[in-house]
Amino acid sequence: MADTSTVAVSPMAEPEAETGREEQEHEASLLGMWTFLATEVLFFGGLIVAFLVYRAAYTPVFREASTHLNVLLGTVNTAVLLTSSLTMALAVDAAARRQRQRLVWLLLATAGLGLVFLGIKAVEYSLEFREHLFPGPGFVWEGDQGNVAQLFFVLYFVMTGLHALHLILGIGAVGVMSWLAHRGWYDESPTPVEVLGLYWHFIDIVWIFLFPLLYLLRH
Amino acid sequence: MNATHDTTRIYWRIFAALMLLLVVTVAVAYVDLGPLSAAVAMTIAVVKALLVILYFMHVRYSSRLTWLFAGTGFVWLAILALLTLSDYLSRAWVGA
Repeated sequence: MADTSTVAVSPMAEPEAETGREEQEHEASLLGMWTFLATEVLFFGGLIVAFLVYRAAYTPVFREASTHLNVLLGTVNTAVLLTSSLTMALAVDAAARRQRQRLVWLLLATAGLGLVFLGIKAVEYSLEFREHLFPGPGFVWEGDQGNVAQLFFVLYFVMTGLHALHLILGIGAVGVMSWLAHRGWYDESPTPVEVLGLYWHFIDIVWIFLFPLLYLLRH
Repeated sequence: MNATHDTTRIYWRIFAALMLLLVVTVAVAYVDLGPLSAAVAMTIAVVKALLVILYFMHVRYSSRLTWLFAGTGFVWLAILALLTLSDYLSRAWVGA
């Protein structure tokens, strides 16, 4: 944009051009993550549409199957993940303000809450395994249309499993980032923290939809 | 540090709203509203997702280009869902 042919450059021109470039790099980084997240929206969205199609076709059995999930644990887990989004948003705020120590602690809190979610999810899975609700040869269903009930649990385990996988990767990234933050890695530019924040909030959004779909549609 | 106070206060408010909506959606699940139940549950989920996208993900304060990138995935998903569900959900309306 700047006219480089002019010899006399005002002292203000140089820093301004620098700021412009930094802003552009910042936005480009965020747009890169948004582009990836668009593919993720369609990835999880396709599964959710499949779930809705089968639920419409076999509503009574899907309702019945839904009551076998633990709503209390699911609700607590939703609260845990929503809280982790708060700590992540505050972490991005700390990074933007170059508050290194606050950033480290908030990132650790975010990763910790992610681990709590996974722990509760593991408890839920073990309860479902014990009730023989995992699809396959060991599946037991008291009632008719057991194969349709099995379909519900296929979708449940695939969707929550993929969500957990995304969360595991997120926890790993946030954990590494907390250590790098401690080493002063983001004192210069907080952009990476913000980019990872977008990914973390997206995992939260996926769960915001999975929770009511799987646990709450009982009428 | 007034600015810090302002942004973090917004985050806490959004968090409070999200928690309130979580309580509401769980409570509503135990009330039989017939076919409305699913619509109410999904509406609350969309509102919660919008709060996260607009405030935690800063889209509300971002450029038009960011809006475009953030919206693209959801627009295509809406097309996918609309066309697919308009078929499957309407099949019961006609005698097979």
